[in-house]
Amino acid sequence: MSYQPIKFYQTGTFTVGNRLLPPEQRSVQAQQKRYNSLNSGHRACQGCGEALGARYAIDAAMEATNGRLICANATGCLEVFSTPYPETSWQVPWIHSLFGNTAAVATGIAAALKVKMQKGERRHIRVVAQGGDGGTTDIGFGCLSGMFERNDDVLFICYDNGGYMNTGIQRSSATPPAARTATTPAVGETPGNVFGQGKFVPAIALAHDIPYVATATVADLRDLEAKVRRAMELSGARYLHILVPCPLGWGFASHETIKMARLAKETGLFPVFEAEHGEITAVLPIRHPLPVEEYLKPQKRFAHLFAPRLRTDVLTRLQALADRNIQRYGLLEKP
Amino acid sequence: MLKQIEGSRAVAEAVALCRPEVICAYPISPQTHIVEALGEMVKAGTLAPCEFINVESEFAAMSVAIGASAAGARSYTATASQGLLFMAEAVFNAAGLGLPIVMTVANRAIGAPINIWNDHSDALALRDAGWIQLFAENNQEALDLHIQAFRLGEELSLPVMVCMDGFILTHAFERVDMPTQEQVDAYLPPYEPRQVLDPAEPVSIGAMVGPEAFMEVRYLAHAKQMEALKLIPAYAAEFKAIFGRDSGGLTHTYRCEDAETIVVAMGSVLGTIKDVVDEMRETGHKIGVLGITLFRPFPLEAVRAGLKGAKRVVVLEKSMAVGLGGILSTNVRMALSGLHMHGYTVIAGLGGRAITKQSLTKLFLEAEQDALEHVTFLDLDWAIVNKQLEREKAHRRSGPVAENLLRDIGVVAARNY
Repeated sequence: MSYQPIKFYQTGTFTVGNRLLPPEQRSVQAQQKRYNSLNSGHRACQGCGEALGARYAIDAAMEATNGRLICANATGCLEVFSTPYPETSWQVPWIHSLFGNTAAVATGIAAALKVKMQKGERRHIRVVAQGGDGGTTDIGFGCLSGMFERNDDVLFICYDNGGYMNTGIQRSSATPPAARTATTPAVGETPGNVFGQGKFVPAIALAHDIPYVATATVADLRDLEAKVRRAMELSGARYLHILVPCPLGWGFASHETIKMARLAKETGLFPVFEAEHGEITAVLPIRHPLPVEEYLKPQKRFAHLFAPRLRTDVLTRLQALADRNIQRYGLLEKP
Repeated sequence: MLKQIEGSRAVAEAVALCRPEVICAYPISPQTHIVEALGEMVKAGTLAPCEFINVESEFAAMSVAIGASAAGARSYTATASQGLLFMAEAVFNAAGLGLPIVMTVANRAIGAPINIWNDHSDALALRDAGWIQLFAENNQEALDLHIQAFRLGEELSLPVMVCMDGFILTHAFERVDMPTQEQVDAYLPPYEPRQVLDPAEPVSIGAMVGPEAFMEVRYLAHAKQMEALKLIPAYAAEFKAIFGRDSGGLTHTYRCEDAETIVVAMGSVLGTIKDVVDEMRETGHKIGVLGITLFRPFPLEAVRAGLKGAKRVVVLEKSMAVGLGGILSTNVRMALSGLHMHGYTVIAGLGGRAITKQSLTKLFLEAEQDALEHVTFLDLDWAIVNKQLEREKAHRRSGPVAENLLRDIGVVAARNY
């Protein structure tokens, strides 16, 4: 019988399954006793990055809190596909109020729980608020910033797919430059989303000096879970921004969600880092630096940069954004 | 205990006696003194355990209250005017989710033009949001209604808005009888939620509802409000048994026996109207008053019963349905369906315009002669209105309306209306 040596960390991440790893390195998601907080049967699109991200994050939060967790959810894809009543995929106490108020609803829940605990009516319960990039960086931003500055005991998770996918792929303030959306169409001299607009909310969260800010992608499961775990070890306002590729909105094959997330990180277009009390403490380094074309080319939302003519001018500007991230966050692995 | 205190302070103390667990506050005149007083009590530890949260907007205030209420806490906030409109989406949401939040609305006009003084435009703009709406006539009633509001809202799982006239009540120092903690505890049981976010029994709250059930969910909201029509008199009676005074209820009639003319109104202006009615009664005029305490649900039967014997009804309201006339009067008219009587709408006191006994007397005498227009704007300054209309005819770029009118009036000190 031929012998094939197993090479761990073949692509620089834990690509081997849990059964080959010591227990302390096993992911929550790959364990049989995982909570399935966002259970199967929901109506997300095939290959939905947000569904993956939410399941990873909330399962990890459930694990970290021993199942003593309440979730508040913004309006959006996640809310709509998870609760087409009488079916709900949530196996956690869950509330959806509005599009723009999720952070404030979570503040209210946390305040209520604090009082109930003081009265001895409830044991310790933690609160997670979650929403898409629209519900976080645009319409929900006022409430989010308020929750941050008051340092309310809430972990807010943004599942960033770079646009309003639920309403038919419109631009948000998290849509990358040059990307085609229904409101930034690929027509005219400067097709797609404009340069020089938009915001990177993790950096704004950092400026609030809150206890914990981190970014993650669905490509690095253990990193994502470790960040949720760390967030749940801390009290006060915490923010986790997860890049969740959207096959429908971005226009890539539904089996390439993880690949897209990894490419976003490896090109430097999406910096993955961790910060406590306003100071960056760690970054997830780029292992195999790649030009931005590698990430952009498979996505239909950037197709106008490659045909009918190659827009090297635009690609150069996008590469400059990636380079700036690499520089700013120190993303290249030290030799 | 009898106290001579500001209306806002009286309400704050009454709310504190109700043992709220989460209070959210965003400053807007004229409700600020209420949350300031509550904040002080929480900070000093006299109201505990209770979380007092300084939020970044009224939208957040109502949203925090939504979260707190859904997690099982007795939740309270206060607002007014623009603040109520700014939180409008969450106001509807709280009602739709069936969360028994209690909110004071210190009634104030809506801009533009910006105006901080009293009328009922704010609360009435949200009359169909699904909240129970109570209007206080004086500070004692404002205080009492808050205690009843928690009881009523929590029994029905519906939010309750207690409306009190901004400045006229909130900033008026009046004698009030402040209940004891024992009395309030005897009247108001601890909050037992119908739905609560709890890991021991996970539920999803706020799911999307399609055409298959949306109508039914909305109907139940209506049915619950109809239930309030029965509960409110019962709770007012219980309130009287414990606290020893009449407060709340659906409507209050005053000197309506044999009245040919009945004036309908809400809020503090009822006091002035009653004074005028007293004077007119002395000179033989058959006039009475119907005060409406409960605006939502609208007590159609009680209003009809109160007005049935009259020849004419004058609805005097501090609100306006632009392009129609009155809001309160439209509701009253529905209660009078099929009855033949003269009905007059009087829009008065918008943006804090004083409603004087002199003007009311003149108005009611004209009403008795059936010499009123169907819609009357009390004490309107026709000179500046007509001047502006002429200006608009003469010049295309006639400029901003409000500023033109102010310029026409000139510098204003205290005016006698």
